[in-house]
Amino acid sequence: MIMAEQLEAVLAGFGGQGVLFAGKVVAYAGLIEGREVSWLPSYGPEMRGGTANCSVTLADDPIGSPLVIHPNALVAMNQPSFEKFLPEMAPDGVVVYDSILITPGEDLKAGCGIPASKIAEEAGLDGLMNIVLVGALWAKMGFCKRETLDEAIDRCVPASKAALIEKNKLALKLGIEAAQ
Amino acid sequence: MTEKTLMKGNEAIAEAALRAGCRHFFGYPITPQTELAAYMSKQMPRIGGTYLQAESEIAAVNMLYGASAAGARAMTSSSSPGISLKTEGISYMAGADLPAVIVNVQRGGPGLGSIQPSQSDYFQATRAMGHGDFYLPVLAPSTVQEMADLTYAAFDMADEYRTPVVILADGLLGQMMEPVIMPEKRDLSTLPAKPWATTGHGHGRAHNIANSLHLDPQKLCEENQERFQRYEVIKGKEVRVETYLTDDADIVVAAFGAAARIVRSAVNAAREKGIRAGLFRPITLWPYPAEALSSLGAEAFLTVEFNMGQMVEDVRLAVNGAAPVSFFGKCGGVIPTPDEVLQQIEQIAEGLGE
Repeated sequence: MIMAEQLEAVLAGFGGQGVLFAGKVVAYAGLIEGREVSWLPSYGPEMRGGTANCSVTLADDPIGSPLVIHPNALVAMNQPSFEKFLPEMAPDGVVVYDSILITPGEDLKAGCGIPASKIAEEAGLDGLMNIVLVGALWAKMGFCKRETLDEAIDRCVPASKAALIEKNKLALKLGIEAAQ
Repeated sequence: MTEKTLMKGNEAIAEAALRAGCRHFFGYPITPQTELAAYMSKQMPRIGGTYLQAESEIAAVNMLYGASAAGARAMTSSSSPGISLKTEGISYMAGADLPAVIVNVQRGGPGLGSIQPSQSDYFQATRAMGHGDFYLPVLAPSTVQEMADLTYAAFDMADEYRTPVVILADGLLGQMMEPVIMPEKRDLSTLPAKPWATTGHGHGRAHNIANSLHLDPQKLCEENQERFQRYEVIKGKEVRVETYLTDDADIVVAAFGAAARIVRSAVNAAREKGIRAGLFRPITLWPYPAEALSSLGAEAFLTVEFNMGQMVEDVRLAVNGAAPVSFFGKCGGVIPTPDEVLQQIEQIAEGLGE
C-alpha cells in the first residue's frame, strides 16, 4: 500500500452507477480527518444516461484547481471512462476498475481489477459496486484511517436510507479484501 | 451547524442567505445555479419564508423589488442569460435605492452559450447591470466557504448602503463541494430598521414611496449625486482583496473567483522553479482594489480569466502603465489548466531575464 501525500482522484462511469456518491465518501473521509478537501462533479447533458465523473482531492495545503487533470488515482466503472482517463494518469498512479465491465488493453502496466459488480451482486449488495471499488482504492492508496472509511459512510448515507449503512460498510470490507 | 460539513457552493449560498435572515426568494431555474433554488424551495417553507418560482426571470426580479420595498431581506439567483433578463428590474432597484442580493452563477456566453463555468459577465456585473448611472457592489467568492461568508455579508452591505449587491460566482464554484462552516443564524430582531419601507402605518407618518421615476431632471440629478456620494463611502470602507506571495513577487498574476484557484496552483509551481510569482485576488470587483494593486512593485502583471479579457482592463487602469500587463484566458466554458498558466508565467519570466 502506498500512502499518497495528496490524493487526486477521478471516479468515472455511467450516470446511475453511484460515481458521485463514491467520490463523496472519499471526500468525507478527508473532511473527518481535518484535511483540505474538494469534490467537483462533471455536470451537463452528459449526465443523462451518459458518462459521469467527479474529481476528488484530499490535501494538507489549500487546494488550487479542484479539477483533477492528471489523477494519481482512477476508479473506473465502465469501458469509456477507463479509456478516457487512463492516458491522463500521473506516473505511478493507481487504477482500480471493475474487471467484469472493463477489459483493459495491453497498455495497462499496473492496475487493480476486481469483479466488483459480481462481488456486490453475490453479497446481495445491489448497486453498491461503487463502494466495493472505494474499498479497493483504499486498499491500494490508504488515503485515510480504516475506521474513518466507515465513519464516512455514516456521514454520507442520508437518515432516510439508514438501513443501507451496514450494506455500504460490508461493500467497503469486501472491496478491501478483494484488492489485498 | 457550526460543524464543518461538505456542501456544494450553490447550497452554501442558499443556507448562508437563510442564516442572514433572508425569508423571500424569487427564482427561475437555470443551470448551473439550480441547486440554490432547489435548496431554497426545500428550506423556506420550513422556516415560514417564501420560495417562489416565478413565470420568468423578469417576473422574479420585480417580485424582488416588491419584497425589498416592503422591507424584507430578499434574494434572487440565476445564471448569465437569466441575469441579462433581470437587468431591467435591477436598474429600477438601484434607482429606487432598494437593497437585495443577486447571485449570478456564471456560464459561458454570449447568448444562451454553454452551461459550463465562465467569468464572461465581469463587464456586466461591474459596469452595466442595467441602464443608467449606477454601480453595484460585486463580491467574487473563490471557495465554498466564501460563497457562504460573502453572501451573509452581502445582506448587511445591501441594507447599510441601500443598494442591490451582486455575488458573482460561476459553475465551478456552484457545483463543487468543499468543507464549510456556516455563519451563526441571525436573530431577526437584530436586523436593521428600515424606516423607508413601504409598510402600512395607519396614517402615523407621511407615506413612503419606492420609485425610480423622476420627471424633474434636477431632482434626478440630485438623487444620482447623492447615490454617488454613498459609492465613495463604499469605496473607502468595503474594498476586499487577498494577496498570496506578492511581497517579493517580480510577476503578479491577477485573477478572481475560480480562476484564482487555478492561478494559485500555477504560482506554487512557478515558485518551485525559482520564479518569484504571486497572486492578486480581488474579492470586491466593484469597488476594485486598484490602490492595493498599484502599490505592488511588480515588474510585470498577468491577468488570468475564464473569458476573452475583461478584468484585465481594470488591472491596466490600476497599473497605469507602470509595468507591462498581459492577459491569458479561455472562454465559453473551457477552463485553463495550471500548466498553461505556468507556461505564461515562464514566458514572462524569460522576457524579464533578458
